Amino acid sequence: MDFYVAAIIQAMCFGPLVIGLFLSMKIFNIPDITTDGSYTLGAVITAVGLANGFPAIVTLLLAMAGGALAGSCTALIHTRLRIHALLAGILVMTALYSVNLVLLGRSNVPLLGYTDLFSGFSVFTRSDHNTLSVLLIILVGLFIVMSYLLRSDFGIAMRATGDSEPMIRAQGVNTSLMKVYGLAIANALVACSGSLMAQFQGFTDINMGIGVVISGLGAVIIGDTAINFLKARTIPVMLICVLLGVVIFQTLLATALGLGVDANLLKLTTSVLVLLIVALPRMGGMLHA
Amino acid sequence: MLEFQHIHKTFHAGSATEVAALQDVTLKLDAGSYTILVGANGSGKSTLLNLIAGSIHPDRGSIRLNGREIQGLSDYRRSRWIARVFQNPLLGTAASLTVLDNFRMAALRGSPKWIQQGTGQAFLKEVRDKVSTLGMGLEDKLAQQMGTLSGGQRQALTLLMTVMADVDVLLLDEPSAALDPRSARMVMEIADRIVWENGLTAVLVTHNVSEALRYGTRLMQLENGRVIRDYDQQAKSELSQADVVSWFDYY
Repeated sequence: MDFYVAAIIQAMCFGPLVIGLFLSMKIFNIPDITTDGSYTLGAVITAVGLANGFPAIVTLLLAMAGGALAGSCTALIHTRLRIHALLAGILVMTALYSVNLVLLGRSNVPLLGYTDLFSGFSVFTRSDHNTLSVLLIILVGLFIVMSYLLRSDFGIAMRATGDSEPMIRAQGVNTSLMKVYGLAIANALVACSGSLMAQFQGFTDINMGIGVVISGLGAVIIGDTAINFLKARTIPVMLICVLLGVVIFQTLLATALGLGVDANLLKLTTSVLVLLIVALPRMGGMLHA
Repeated sequence: MLEFQHIHKTFHAGSATEVAALQDVTLKLDAGSYTILVGANGSGKSTLLNLIAGSIHPDRGSIRLNGREIQGLSDYRRSRWIARVFQNPLLGTAASLTVLDNFRMAALRGSPKWIQQGTGQAFLKEVRDKVSTLGMGLEDKLAQQMGTLSGGQRQALTLLMTVMADVDVLLLDEPSAALDPRSARMVMEIADRIVWENGLTAVLVTHNVSEALRYGTRLMQLENGRVIRDYDQQAKSELSQADVVSWFDYY
């Protein structure tokens, strides 16, 4: 049972990440590969911050600022230099590997012994429950903020930017700047997940971001399927679907591992799972045709 | 008043595909005038419209709106004075947003979009009242996604969105070209009403000869990047469809 509790906690750590990916991929229609780098950046800044005696909440905010900076770089390369967003993201992600390595000093740093967000909260006797409570508070806060933001005038302009650039430019919106804001927010959320995961795992590893965009994408696709199935049109329901998507995805992964899949095959399993999630509805359609 | 002074625009300059889209165009559009632009494909009509909107910039010459030089401003900066309706009904609205959200953006044209929610009851009532003037029953569909509406409905709403905030100029880029005849007529009538009710300086690009004669106060023909015919309201009213069609006979 603890195995599945850990999977749920892991899914909740990924919560901000999938909302960030939902923002970049579904709302802005930008395939943002920066994610792999900014996720690790969030974890690296957390490790450096905690090691230097910063309070956990401050390191979390610094991690998000770092992620926002990385996202802004991708957006500026894309909009100012007119380089395809996919390539811009790959460039920043690649650069971030070196940045992360320089900041961290070595490839792996344990965080045991520091007061992190989870150990600093001790309402329940079981640490799992404390961790779950902290994550729940963060996710509820994030849900409220993002629900409000995306329904505000600014949020409507962001959504319109991903939908019809000619329309929103005709309404006086600088779409290039809007993409900078959007990718900054998206990557701040991704870095937030990196920070939470590092604090939950108790270490930061330079390679922890590899393939994280695929895991997030799987969750977003599940969420998107739920959105279409429910014909959800309101932002809060969409966000709930995406957050449920990450829980379902991580539970499926945990189930696969529970059934005996070798842990070394985790990334392969993740890819196959995402492939199935993407392909099954299409295969169903082909069979129907 | 909208003024063009010696405007030149060349695409792919210096290459084998170089096209002189506009050549030394100088013209004045009076405030409140409604100008119809006709011409063959590639004559420079859309280039002229894009230059006014700011989607592209001239190589030489100046564009002035009410005395202010605007040729250096990007399209989103000009939007506070210039509204545009695209040929493709899908471009002028955001399909995934509700009708109300689309109108909210239109109401804030040229103003900052802050982190505040402005689609409350007061705004809903304002939009409902405006949309009901179309007589299409769309006032009951404000909570629907724009993408669920037909092309004609979307184009009619786009027209209404152009006057949600004060503008001086309305650019109509073949707004009825992608619509069925009934919707096309309806959209053109709405456009005409909006132009007159709001005293806008309007420019309509069209290939439809009957539209060119029915609407507007001035008729111009462009050819090879130059204005070759320019009729005022009186002269325009004396033209027949056969006259205008004959302008294109050599094609």
